[in-house]
Amino acid sequence: MADLLVEFFQWGFGVTLVPWLAIILGIVVGILAIVLPLLLVVAMSVYMDRKVWAAMQMRRGPNVVGPWGLMQSFADGLKLFLKETIIPASANKFIFLLAPALTFILALVGWAVIPFDAGMVLADLNVGILYIFAISSLGVYGIILSGWASNSRYAFLGALRSSAQMVSYEVSMGFVLVTVLMCAGSLNLSEIVLAQKDTFLGVNGYWFTPLFPMMVIFFISALAETNRPPFDLPEAEAEIVAGYQVEYSSMAFALFFLGEYANIILMCAMTSILFLGGWLPPFDWEPLYLIPGWIWFFGKIFFMFFVFAWVKATVPRYRYDQLMRLGWKVFLPISLLWVVLTGLFLLLTDKIPA
Amino acid sequence: MIYALCFYLFATITVFSAIMVISSRNPVHSVLYLILAFFNSAGLFILLGAEFIAMILVIVYVGAVAVLFMFVVMMLDIDYSELRKGFQKYLPIGGLIGLILLAELLLVGFGWGLGGPVTTDPATAIPALNEMSNTEAIGSLLYTKYAFLFQMAGLILLVAMIGAIVLTHRARPGVKKQNINDQVKRRRGDAYDIVKVKPGQGLG
Repeated sequence: MADLLVEFFQWGFGVTLVPWLAIILGIVVGILAIVLPLLLVVAMSVYMDRKVWAAMQMRRGPNVVGPWGLMQSFADGLKLFLKETIIPASANKFIFLLAPALTFILALVGWAVIPFDAGMVLADLNVGILYIFAISSLGVYGIILSGWASNSRYAFLGALRSSAQMVSYEVSMGFVLVTVLMCAGSLNLSEIVLAQKDTFLGVNGYWFTPLFPMMVIFFISALAETNRPPFDLPEAEAEIVAGYQVEYSSMAFALFFLGEYANIILMCAMTSILFLGGWLPPFDWEPLYLIPGWIWFFGKIFFMFFVFAWVKATVPRYRYDQLMRLGWKVFLPISLLWVVLTGLFLLLTDKIPA
Repeated sequence: MIYALCFYLFATITVFSAIMVISSRNPVHSVLYLILAFFNSAGLFILLGAEFIAMILVIVYVGAVAVLFMFVVMMLDIDYSELRKGFQKYLPIGGLIGLILLAELLLVGFGWGLGGPVTTDPATAIPALNEMSNTEAIGSLLYTKYAFLFQMAGLILLVAMIGAIVLTHRARPGVKKQNINDQVKRRRGDAYDIVKVKPGQGLG
């Protein structure tokens, strides 16, 4: 890869670089090529979110800033940027400021292994799915640290709720991932996507197989992992004001907000990769492959994001004991059973991937 | 060169944060340093080419175990200076345990050097990385040769988990709990009766 990058910089900019510098520059360019569009997508997804809720509640939604209100997110961002960062006197200052940065960084870091198209991936890890799982399990730290460092009761309650919630839903999520990777026979996300080609009756993706219930469980667990309604108890505004965010203002709050949306889009991308066939078109039909893979992938993310917004607009918030019951007594047994059934099916039909 | 640089970076931070775990004044900071130590050990595993173990370390220890530590430590309301009073008293026994550990580590180090080259058992020889990723290699070993030990470890953990639940669970009387089955099974007839009341007679 180093030779290729050296050649590329020679061709493009007329400079000859030492191989390690070329690699570092190549990686930095790759990171920027993912992060900058991602931030734009995050801004627009906030807008889309608000428009979808508005449409479902027979309102207009943001429609003042820019044409059709398209610039609303940027106006909000600018407003937050210009505000004063308030640090409570009794807060633990370093951790207080570390927490939002951590949330934001972790939400971006996960995108390193997402394949946007065949071969279009920053780091083609062999353990890509475990990497995503590890990163999403770290997301809890941003919240738990912010809750503790704020030195505020509401923030602390929010942090406690969220840590228990995220740890609980990770368990069933892990089992869902196990069923998928048993069928795909790989931990590499690109190979998982390729394994979904023509799974059944010419449909690409595991959603058209008996793994469909796992997709539903994965999606609902993703809602819980990202603290989205109906599982937004950590920030339940009616009970604990805004939970862990209560003491945050200005850019510190904006980092939480951006991180949350980047995480939501990451979860949409994961659902598309694991169950909807990633960059593959929905049907295994030759003309559909003429459309570039990343367009299919973005289309699937867009659809999943719409479902996220749809859920928020329609479903009331869970009570905490109901949330725990759903995670431990409903999802865990079902996903465990599905792991056993999937294993049995693959064994009996001799379909274990090599 | 980059490899050595990464190794020394990860190793130094691991050792530094390990020291800070036991020496920082605030227990929450201790847990944070512990997490940093876990992270850097995961980095060391990646340098060794053991990416599966590195990821599992992050998922299990950082993602779950340290969260529970944090959960407990955050809710402690203790006077830290009070906690440090016993330091002198426990120093001899603590030092002794430390010395024993150090001696054992040194013995392992010397034993490694004296034992000669590691003999590879052909049945368990590790396949080359280009033939099989090491996640696959671990899986094919763990679920065949060591299946029994693996299952035993799982059973022991299960027993420990059930034990912890049995020890801490107490049935409190008088607590109203939601029973979803009862709620779903409840029909209109269970809740009220419709009585046809004739005009002017009342319910009697």
